[in-house]
Amino acid sequence: MVKKDILKHKLVPDHVVLKKNQIVKVLKAMEVHPEQLPKIKLDDPVVKAIGAKEGDVIKITRNSQTAGKFVSYRLVLG
Amino acid sequence: MTGIIKKIAQINFGLLSPENIRNMSVTKIVTPDTYDEDGYPIEAGLMDPRLGVIDPGLRCRSCGSKGGDCQGHFGHINLARPIIHVGFADTIHKILRSTCSSCGKVLLTDSEKEFYMGKIEARIKNEESITDIIKDIYTLARRDDCPHCQQEAEIRKNAEFMIQNSEEILEEIGPDLDADTKKKIEDKVQKLVELEEKRVSSGEMDDMEPNADINAIKDATEELIKVVKDIKGQNDEVTKELQELVEPIYQEAKRAQQRTIQEDIKIDKPVSLVEGNYKLTPSEVREWLEKIPEDDYYLVGINPKIAKPEWMVLTVLPVPPVTVRPSITLETGERSEDDLTHKLVDILRINQRLKENMEAGAPQLIVEDLWELLQYHVTTYFDNEASGVPPARHRSGRPLKTLAQRLKGKEGRFRSNLSGKRVNFSARTVISPDPNISINEVGVPEMIATEVTVPVYVTEWNIEQMKKYIENGSKIHPGANYVIRPDERKIRVYDETKESILEKIEPGYVVERHLMDGDIVLFNRQPSLHRMSMMAHEVKVLPHKTFRLNLCVCPPYNADFDGDEMNMHVFQTEESRAEAKSLMRVQEHILSPRFGGPIIGGIHDHISGGYLLTRDGSVFKEEDVFQMAQKSQLPMPEPKNRDWTGKEIFSLLLPNELHMVYRAEICRKCDECLREECKNDAYVVIENGELKMGAIDEKAFGAFSGKILDSVVKEYGTDRARKFLDSATKLSISGIMKRGFTTSTADEEIPREARDRIEELLSNAEKKVEQLIEAYHNEELEALPGRSLRETLEMKIMQVLGEARDKSGEIAESYFGMDNHAVIMALTGARGSMLNLTQIAACVGQQSVRGGRIERGYRNRTLPHFQEGELGAKASGFVHSSYKSGLDPLEFFFHAMGGREGLVDTAIRTAQSGYMQRRLVNALQDLNVNEDGTVRDNRGVVIQTRYGEDGIDPAKSDFGKVADIDRLIEEMRIKAKADK
Repeated sequence: MVKKDILKHKLVPDHVVLKKNQIVKVLKAMEVHPEQLPKIKLDDPVVKAIGAKEGDVIKITRNSQTAGKFVSYRLVLG
Repeated sequence: MTGIIKKIAQINFGLLSPENIRNMSVTKIVTPDTYDEDGYPIEAGLMDPRLGVIDPGLRCRSCGSKGGDCQGHFGHINLARPIIHVGFADTIHKILRSTCSSCGKVLLTDSEKEFYMGKIEARIKNEESITDIIKDIYTLARRDDCPHCQQEAEIRKNAEFMIQNSEEILEEIGPDLDADTKKKIEDKVQKLVELEEKRVSSGEMDDMEPNADINAIKDATEELIKVVKDIKGQNDEVTKELQELVEPIYQEAKRAQQRTIQEDIKIDKPVSLVEGNYKLTPSEVREWLEKIPEDDYYLVGINPKIAKPEWMVLTVLPVPPVTVRPSITLETGERSEDDLTHKLVDILRINQRLKENMEAGAPQLIVEDLWELLQYHVTTYFDNEASGVPPARHRSGRPLKTLAQRLKGKEGRFRSNLSGKRVNFSARTVISPDPNISINEVGVPEMIATEVTVPVYVTEWNIEQMKKYIENGSKIHPGANYVIRPDERKIRVYDETKESILEKIEPGYVVERHLMDGDIVLFNRQPSLHRMSMMAHEVKVLPHKTFRLNLCVCPPYNADFDGDEMNMHVFQTEESRAEAKSLMRVQEHILSPRFGGPIIGGIHDHISGGYLLTRDGSVFKEEDVFQMAQKSQLPMPEPKNRDWTGKEIFSLLLPNELHMVYRAEICRKCDECLREECKNDAYVVIENGELKMGAIDEKAFGAFSGKILDSVVKEYGTDRARKFLDSATKLSISGIMKRGFTTSTADEEIPREARDRIEELLSNAEKKVEQLIEAYHNEELEALPGRSLRETLEMKIMQVLGEARDKSGEIAESYFGMDNHAVIMALTGARGSMLNLTQIAACVGQQSVRGGRIERGYRNRTLPHFQEGELGAKASGFVHSSYKSGLDPLEFFFHAMGGREGLVDTAIRTAQSGYMQRRLVNALQDLNVNEDGTVRDNRGVVIQTRYGEDGIDPAKSDFGKVADIDRLIEEMRIKAKADK
């Protein structure tokens, strides 16, 4: 099987693992506990590809029909 | 009803133990009879007076409270034999399948057990669901040998092995044996016996490390074998001794081996559990469940604090209080019992017979039959729709409504009594139109207005008014029905009591006065699919018996007047009134959040009227104009002392600073737009609130697409928009009344010449179809990419016939002008379409079933009038005639086929989308948009970081977009031009 970089596929939006201080900032801005964020599974192909660990927060930037660019955050869970 | 108010901290759902059931019971029920000859309830019968009272006069024998206040008390029936509870049959089945039939333990190894217990404990600590873990356990524990029993079996196998070996060795070596080896063997045997005794005395090996124990025995046996192998000689005595020692172990081993092979348990719906080929009796099931050690309860999904698995098999049946199953006395004086009582009588009767038979020592077969029958009655008592059991029926043949049926489904307790209820202060009647009232109003029949009331607090400022209402009483319209004293006593206003009430009334009283003009009410039409299905209206009390509503609010309610009924609810508090007035009033809902345009707007004649009023060349006498303005509640315009154009009249409605450009509905979508020079009057320009050019039609103030209306709401607010809409519709109606408007089949009349042209066109098309078919038969047809030859033919034929119909329509259209009222309606968007007209005038066209030409019916043909395999236009449902000329019988038949499919599709679609909507609503009902723009559920979990990703309220958007830049630029251009 040919191994492909799924991150380069046009349907896969941009995933970035946030640093500790960035997480604090985001959580504070939204006034949420990490558990109140949407979740993403640890065995999600993209999570595996970017090497995120349980407890990390991932910033996802996708193209949006209504807003152009749209940013959302997800908590990595096992 | 008064009671103690307490806050619920927690709810636990568990099982009732037999002990619980007996404790809460006030009496044991024994006799299946209810009343004696004198009509008094029999003690220990199903209507035992201790079970509670229904008659308001009597006092309860158990709690002493009056009828109505007593919620009733349970009784109980001791079942002669255990009975499986239908509701738990599935759970029992799963538990039996995952536990050992001999030791009762869950069929998991110790390490698996530990793993799952850890997981379960963590979930319980976090108050999360453990159902998925339990599901995993059920699948994993579906083994056919018990890991616990098997380990024992292994040693026993060793014991067996040892016996065989030692016997063999003894025979070989012979009887001479020295004291030394004898001692050695005796030691080993002794050790083995000790270990075995220790194991047996420690019971089921649960508090000690079971493996160590078993391994020790195993080792000991092996050692013994070794010793026996080593020795040179032995005597009979030792052999005998050895045999005696190992014999019990050997026997035990054999039994253990046999029973560890677990047969698969199957469930024979609804309550029979079958182990291999043997049907387990409920008693056996109960014994098995009792064997399950408490430590394993969590692993099979039972909380040991509130339930035990054996409680799922009933030994005692609770009898619900009489208040749950009241008997009704018919007019004839005959008593009719509730379905539940009937069922309980059946249970008692069979239970009694079973007990008697058992005591008399009847044959096993008879007892089992009765037991089965009792099981049937108890099963149907809980659920009379359980699969695999014939439903218990009433004497009349109607299936009984038992416990599960009371709760289940749309008519069940949950959906019809708890999620939704019948309410007071509501009314329902037929609706009819009233073009003279505002969109904000609703006409309420006087009959209803005198029945539903509004509570008003009496103050020193309104006391005179209130007294007048009381004087009018409950029959004369602005009256009052009830007065509530400060001590919360409600007094009905009668002619006789009027005087005394009038004397006593003072500030602090509440008067429930009739509904009056200006009151705010909620108005609703089912199905309530969106928020515009319930809007707040102002009451206008009118004569006659129907609710009256303005025609502009028909689209949001999806109402028409072919017999539709609507509901009205009267607000009972100031807060609700205020909230409804600011949030739910009709004018606040002119713009729909569905598409960011008006959903409330002109329909039908409003549109045609607007066009007749404002089209080019439409002029009115000044006196007519004044009349129309007066009727439309417009300020009297300055006299011009000349005839007015319709556009000037319409300009009276528009706000002074309004600038707009748009293309009207009548726009023909020419290849190149002539803009201001448009011949169709379709280029609408509004400058400084003056309609400079273009005709008013659906795009101006129609529901779903009205651009002017949309602009007025967004620029000038809902109040101005309501006034605009009220006046515009009235003005349009005045216009249509001045000009006159009618339609008949004469509107679809086309000259002979046109008909000849259409005839020729259609026959050409049909010829072309014949050619295609011939080409297909001669295999000259070339297949389109990705299509078979047959599909290609179908597509080509459809295309030719579709074109033929369109062309015939065009021919017909070319003979229609804007003096034709049917055409005006179609083109302005008032009602109907050009397709409708051309189908009437020229050609109906191809009928379709399942998205293609008709090909079903007989073998290889649609009807016996055709040859097998005929593919022609006529044979597959092309309707050549027009509706006006009439369809021939074959055409009529094909048309009915297509029509029927359409009907069936809509019926299915509504049912499907209704269920889909229900599921969606249930999933999304408590999401809300926070102040920071995030969408969250009720736990604060973020669903979307910004509502709709762009944070736009679609109701305030420009037909779904944030803003229409092109339109804004165009309007600024017009404004600049006007300012110059």
